[in-house]
Amino acid sequence: MLGYIVRRLFIMIPTLLAISVLVFVIIELPPGDYLESYVAELQSQGESIDPKRIEFLRQEYGFDKPMHERYIHWVWGMVQGDFGYSFEYRLPVRDVVGDKLFLTVIVSFFTVLFTWIMAFPIGVYSATHQYSWGDYGLTFIGLLGLATPNFLLALVLLYLANVWFGTSIGGLMDPQYLDQPWSWAKAQSVLEHLWIPVVVVGTSGTAAMIRRLRANLLDELEKQYVITARAKGLPPFRALLKYPLRMALNFFISDIGSILPSVFSGTALVAIVLSLPTTGPVLLAALQSQDMYLAGSFLMFLAVLTVIGVLLSDLALAALDPRIRLQGGTTR
Amino acid sequence: MTPPKADAGALRHWVSEEPFDPYSIEPLSPEQEHYYLASQWQLMWWKFKRHRLGVACGVFLLLMYASVLISEFLAPYNLHSRHTEFIYAPPQSVHLFHEGEFIGPFVYGTNYRLNMENLRREYTENRSEIYRIGLFCRGDTYSFWGIGRGSLHLICVAEGGSMFLLGTDRLGRDVLSRIIYGARISLTIGLLGITISFVLGIVIGGLAGYYGGVLDLLVQRLIEILQSFPHIPLWMALSAVLPVTWSPLLIFFGITIILGLLDWTGLARGVRSKLLALREEDYCMAAQLMGARTPRIIGRHLVPGFMSHLIASATLSIPTMVLGETALSFLGLGLRPPITSWGVLLNEAQNINVVALYPWLMLPVVPVVLIILAFSFFGDGLRDAADPYK
Repeated sequence: MLGYIVRRLFIMIPTLLAISVLVFVIIELPPGDYLESYVAELQSQGESIDPKRIEFLRQEYGFDKPMHERYIHWVWGMVQGDFGYSFEYRLPVRDVVGDKLFLTVIVSFFTVLFTWIMAFPIGVYSATHQYSWGDYGLTFIGLLGLATPNFLLALVLLYLANVWFGTSIGGLMDPQYLDQPWSWAKAQSVLEHLWIPVVVVGTSGTAAMIRRLRANLLDELEKQYVITARAKGLPPFRALLKYPLRMALNFFISDIGSILPSVFSGTALVAIVLSLPTTGPVLLAALQSQDMYLAGSFLMFLAVLTVIGVLLSDLALAALDPRIRLQGGTTR
Repeated sequence: MTPPKADAGALRHWVSEEPFDPYSIEPLSPEQEHYYLASQWQLMWWKFKRHRLGVACGVFLLLMYASVLISEFLAPYNLHSRHTEFIYAPPQSVHLFHEGEFIGPFVYGTNYRLNMENLRREYTENRSEIYRIGLFCRGDTYSFWGIGRGSLHLICVAEGGSMFLLGTDRLGRDVLSRIIYGARISLTIGLLGITISFVLGIVIGGLAGYYGGVLDLLVQRLIEILQSFPHIPLWMALSAVLPVTWSPLLIFFGITIILGLLDWTGLARGVRSKLLALREEDYCMAAQLMGARTPRIIGRHLVPGFMSHLIASATLSIPTMVLGETALSFLGLGLRPPITSWGVLLNEAQNINVVALYPWLMLPVVPVVLIILAFSFFGDGLRDAADPYK
């Protein structure tokens, strides 16, 4: 098991490097140099420019250096925990990100949990009652959740939550808890606001999950050992519970690798609509104001979170399923 | 035919001298013959026809795409025609009876009043005015695909009246007409995007699967990385990169390419795994021995073998693109007016006031949902039919 973990950690390094190249290329794509546009903007506002500040920024990013050197500088900075400097906030990126990343993780965690809780019983029902009306109906509802654009669903739910429960509009907590240290009441307020993004992002993931769980379980149910179990007189429910469901559970954990990116995507989008203090809105603002280093760091963080999530699911799977440990391959 | 004579010794070897006709033994019924001689595509079609929902959705999609050709005629008003006296007017309802008397489809006139307390525009029905709705009548003039000018519309209201079946937006433009025009962009962007990702998927997946080795390893890693990256933030970043100075049309193509660029991974995986299996087949070896070049082997001999699967899975990934465009435009990072797509229309519904006060501005979501559902069911049907030998 230890060997597997080490091997798996080593695989992560080239992946992260490749992602960082991709992100860096995107950051570099807009024409011109940030400093030029920054200076131009300051001049157009009639503000004086502090040459020291410009010099500091120029050094910070080494704009005079060739691209590959800047890339190495950027990556090396990240390894040391220096994520660059945000022009918009005039703060190091690390200070801007802080809490937001944590809240992103919370929202995503609950979303995945919601997806599991919804998808599991429905998927099992659909597989055991294949081609029944219930199967069709649930599949259709799942598809409907997939087809409705997340952002609109979020808006409508936000409005309804405000009308019905008096939940404050926007944000992830009631306004009085902003900038307060974490307390029980604050956590409660967060939970009150959390369900909208969780449900909205969850609905789109659930449909896909139900389909895959159904297909997986159906494959399992056709196998010989299930027939044997039933032939020797095991009650149908037990025959389902004992082996096929356990096999399908493995898939449940390994599938996190494919739902996590879509959860992060959905969370980013929904967070913008609901103005949640997660990464989404800051990313959008950074992109719109071409504050590319902040945007780049956010993209990088999201990718790292995904990779870590996949890693955790792989490890959990390896703990559950001896075949994977022994073969030493990746699950995907 | 004479029976062989038994000799005193061993039985002599006997061969009938009549010409052999294989069909005399197992004659095929006309249906069987029809079935056995059918091409792969024919078999697929027969199987697909049995998937009722898939066929219905296919027909629906065809109609939607056909409507794109004649949007000008179908829409009651032009895309940009403004009705300044009807700003944020709610949907009008169509009536058939006026005071118990049958008149045929008509709408009432509207009274407008500005509520001075909360400054809301209030529209009420004016029951004394009746405007009949007619078919094939003259309305706004439009230029039809640059061929000529016309003013014929499918439905319009009698002179002097107004008919906003789905309400108007903040500039007093008819929402129904804008939805009909928006279909043009929203429907084509999915097709263009999928074409790009289809070509990329076949070429990249094909090369990786056929050559294997290092190339395959690289492509595999690239696919893994792209798939493990959250798509919407990446789309957002790429579309934010498009220069502001570009014309809306260029932006449209840029967005299409961005959508296609990230979507090919699933297709490439499918192509690769199929090719890995198929290149070991004897007919592939035969083609190699006869000196066929790699592109010919891939394109002529291998790809047709799983084309049907590819088309089915491509159909299933169109919804992601439609949703992606809608989301990007909604955020203001995608298409920009005057180009009108459903996402651009939904951009107006970006804030909570719209939900509370002008909910009809969210109606463009209905065609989005319908199109996505239709593509999903249609793709499901195609996928089931793609393997006709099962």
